[in-house]
Amino acid sequence: MIEFDHVSKHYPGGHEALTDLSLEIRHGELLVLAGHSGAGKSTLLKLIAALEAPTAGRVLVNGLDVGRMRRSQVPYLRRSLGLVMQEHRLLMDRTVFDNVMLPLLISSQPPSDAAKRVRVALERVGLTEFERAMPMTLSGGEQQRVAIARAIVNRPSILIADEPTAHLDPAYAREIAALFRSFHAAGVTLILATHDDTLYSPYGARRVELAHGKLLS
Amino acid sequence: MSAHVMALKQALRRLGGKPVSTLLSALVIAIALTLPALGYVLVDNVASLARGISGKPEISVFLNNDVPAERVKAIETALRANPQVAALRFVPRDEALKQLAARGGFADVTGALADNPLPDAFILDPRDDSPTSFEALRKQIGAIPEVAQTQLDSEWVERLHAIIALARSTTLLLASLLGAALIIVTFNTIRLQILTQRHEISVKLLLGATRNYVRRPFLYFGLLQGLLGGLLAWALVVALLVVMAPQIEALAQRYSIVLSIGGPALWQGVVLCAFAALLGWLGAAISVRRHLHDGLMID
Ligand SMILES: Nc1ncnc2c1ncn2[C@@H]1O[C@H](COP(=O)(O)OP(=O)(O)OP(=O)(O)O)[C@@H](O)[C@H]1O
Ligand SMILES: [Mg+2]
Repeated sequence: MIEFDHVSKHYPGGHEALTDLSLEIRHGELLVLAGHSGAGKSTLLKLIAALEAPTAGRVLVNGLDVGRMRRSQVPYLRRSLGLVMQEHRLLMDRTVFDNVMLPLLISSQPPSDAAKRVRVALERVGLTEFERAMPMTLSGGEQQRVAIARAIVNRPSILIADEPTAHLDPAYAREIAALFRSFHAAGVTLILATHDDTLYSPYGARRVELAHGKLLS
Repeated sequence: MSAHVMALKQALRRLGGKPVSTLLSALVIAIALTLPALGYVLVDNVASLARGISGKPEISVFLNNDVPAERVKAIETALRANPQVAALRFVPRDEALKQLAARGGFADVTGALADNPLPDAFILDPRDDSPTSFEALRKQIGAIPEVAQTQLDSEWVERLHAIIALARSTTLLLASLLGAALIIVTFNTIRLQILTQRHEISVKLLLGATRNYVRRPFLYFGLLQGLLGGLLAWALVVALLVVMAPQIEALAQRYSIVLSIGGPALWQGVVLCAFAALLGWLGAAISVRRHLHDGLMID
């Protein structure tokens, strides 16, 4: 369902972040991307969400060439994905509830239904009692959970997370990892970049390692 | 549709969230609009006064005070025979006095006069209305010994019309300059907003917001800010007219001109507000186009 077909990515001015990379990610898979800093993990994930475009080759998501799709189509691709970035990117001047509501407002869901779905998502990440809180007052792990709730509130079939536990202490990291594994168990295709693949490898994850923009296997 | 309502609400929240800066921006816009709007209303008033006055040239011929009736008759016959004269009207001195008395403000003066100081007069329309030919006719008539004075009645009317035309184009020029200022003010407000909301914009784009979704609140903001400025400008114009009208009317009275300054009509207020809203929207649209490019927004 996601296919990298001889993909290269050259950043303007920078060197090649990805070189002739081919990779297929199947429906319902849990894929863990490992690799040194600067290996190209974030670049690979950004290509899936059309946050960057490949310089060569094709990136297909559900058969759609996302590197060459019309600009006006890009928002609809992003709505079909759940994205959790390295930095949580919450809106600090809105409550937890409003942050999680944002994707639903953007895709103009009916408000009554939307509120229900926000509560379901918050319950899923264990933050029900924080719905009126401001993100600033939450711990790093709780903030990351808000970002995860925001990513799953649209019930995407593909979830992409870029080092979601990088800034968390081990206890929080295990908690978040368990959360992701539960999404995978529910049938979601999960693609994670992480430095700590021991959080997933014992649970049937497929491990792919990048080095200098190339796959090691 | 509901997306528009949401964007409108968001713009209203942004306006209401910073009431002081909103009020200041709206005031800047209002002051910029007040000058041309006030000019327009004043020119409009003077123009409606001038509209009743014919711009067609006439020559008034005033005779000396002591011309005997038969000489007057003879002059009239001579003038009628002149091929350059298209029409001729005799205004006897008694009628002239009555006309003067009927004009506002002169009743007391004429009543107080023991004797009628006004002469008999003719008012004639020249056949050919080119300036040179009626100037020639005026000279010819002026040469008649009993004629005290000839006067081209169109002169001051033409001068008035020229002044009104000048005032109109000045107002228009002022309106375009200050309209441009309004666009620039909005452009800058929106530029700063986009800068301070970079994070929010990038998050929204990340979550699948369309360009229109991101743009819309800024456009509504520009529109509402312009509208607010327009409403304030209108209030200022009305207030200034209330203060200025009696003084202008008193000044006009000194020149025996009956002028009553009317306030702007409702439709004029609506046009002013719509104009301000449109310019605000335009400034926002240009600013968004210039400062909101996706490439920069997601890092
Ligand atoms: N926007 C950019 N412009 C230029 N070069 C970039 C840009 N983003 C990444 N790069 C370069 O591309 C290479 C791959 O970067 P990428 O962020 O994909 O690595 P990564 O594996 O995610 O690293 P990390 O583990 O540190 O997050 C690096 O050499 C980086 O310097
Ligand atoms: Mg990275």
